[in-house]
Amino acid sequence: MTQYVLMVLGSDGSSENGGYESPEQQQAQWDATGRFNDKLREQGRFVYANGLGAASASTVVDGRGAEPIVTDGPFLESKEYVIGLWIIEADDLDQALALAAEGSFACQRKVEVRPAHGAG
Amino acid sequence: MSGDVEAALVRAHHREWARVVASLTRRFGDLGLAEEMAAEAFAVAVERWPADGVPPNPGGWITTTANRRAIDRLRREAHRDAKHQEAFMLADDTPPEPAGPVADDRLRLLFTCCHPALAMETRVALTLRIVGGLTVAEIARAFLVPETTMAQRLTRAKAKIKAADIPYRVPAAEDLPRRVAGVLAVLYLIFNEGYLATGENVPPVRRELTGEAIRLTRLVGELLSHDGEVIGMLALMLLTEARASARVAAFGELVRLGEQDRGAWNRAMIDEGISLVDQRVAAVGRGEGRPGRYQLMAAIAAVHTSAPNVQDTDWSQVVALYDQLAAIDASPIVALNRAIAIAEVDSPQVGLAVVDRLAGALDGYHAFHATRAELLQRLGRPDEARAAYRRALALTGNAAERATLTRRRNELGG
Repeated sequence: MTQYVLMVLGSDGSSENGGYESPEQQQAQWDATGRFNDKLREQGRFVYANGLGAASASTVVDGRGAEPIVTDGPFLESKEYVIGLWIIEADDLDQALALAAEGSFACQRKVEVRPAHGAG
Repeated sequence: MSGDVEAALVRAHHREWARVVASLTRRFGDLGLAEEMAAEAFAVAVERWPADGVPPNPGGWITTTANRRAIDRLRREAHRDAKHQEAFMLADDTPPEPAGPVADDRLRLLFTCCHPALAMETRVALTLRIVGGLTVAEIARAFLVPETTMAQRLTRAKAKIKAADIPYRVPAAEDLPRRVAGVLAVLYLIFNEGYLATGENVPPVRRELTGEAIRLTRLVGELLSHDGEVIGMLALMLLTEARASARVAAFGELVRLGEQDRGAWNRAMIDEGISLVDQRVAAVGRGEGRPGRYQLMAAIAAVHTSAPNVQDTDWSQVVALYDQLAAIDASPIVALNRAIAIAEVDSPQVGLAVVDRLAGALDGYHAFHATRAELLQRLGRPDEARAAYRRALALTGNAAERATLTRRRNELGG
């Protein structure tokens, strides 16, 4: 069993209707995502899931030196950001990819799959 | 080293490499370790067999040696690392290899190396190294990259397999067709890299790659003998490779199908390829599925290679097969090849009209301009033909193809 982080990619979440075409679509995708989360919980694969606030609300802290340096904004300027994430337990990458495909379909966003270090 | 021992080593390497890596991967759960220990075991064989003689069961000898080396390695590491100690303490609880071809460990190895989570060029390199047993230097040479670059690519790939937990198993039934198609795409890429090599100072046909692709496809064919597309791919490669020596003239030009010396074709390969195609045609006739793209391409190659000379080619059969192929593969390259056959069945005018409709999709493809050039030449339009040859020449990277196009353009005079 490995933990995988499924990072949801999209344009900055501060846009209208969460970046979806209409409030109806936004609602539909939220509902579908909620059902997917329920399924993960039932299967005992759910560790954590949430959407993220807007990238513009992001702050970078560099605490490596004597005094922490605080910088406004996301670390990298980009057209697409991580706008949400799941952490799941999966047997192997094939299963993680299959679940990521379901999650991606539910929220209608691309998803990057990355293993977390060490067994979950 | 005597010739016999050397031949035995080569044979053992061809037959046993993938089997040894596969069984060690299953036992120790570590592809990188399996690969390294298999390589060491063969190195030991190179040292010992000339003195001690070839063992009665070379494959068993290699496997045992590789296993011992792996255990030695883990034992050494266990002294350093308690976690490995734990792993080492585990008994070998791997069940004996289950009977039946699909359960063969080498098949798992192949699916791991051709996993869609790896970049295509990585899949190709891994398959050649892990399943094919080519050295890193050989693969680097084949793909014209420095050896260190290739070594890094392979190391990164193995690290990803481990970190992301890419599974070592045959995919579930519902994923199998898609994944087999992925494996075939890798094998076909290896074959084509050998068959139409690109780059400066590269021989136009590299038999070490086409030969390796055929060897690997044979292996897949043994492991998945029920899969019509695998058989189709093997037939396609054989029917293509059979013509390889007739395809390049002594002066390094590519010789087109119609002008090739058919006596120089490899008869044994053609017979095998055609009998595989016949086998698939019979299976499809019995209602065992519809032919996929590789089976159709093999059937087209079979029509070409069965004709004693180019005039006897059954072009209407070729068009009919391309119609079927176009129905499942909307690629403009399929449409281009279909147009060439139409030019033979109908007329160069009709062929050219079909070709011209593909201009939008294929303007950057050398074969599109070469085909246009040829049809324009046959229609007595030399100025347009010359311009088309110029475009084709500007777009091709294959040395032999350049030579051919240049000659044909010069034949136009002017």
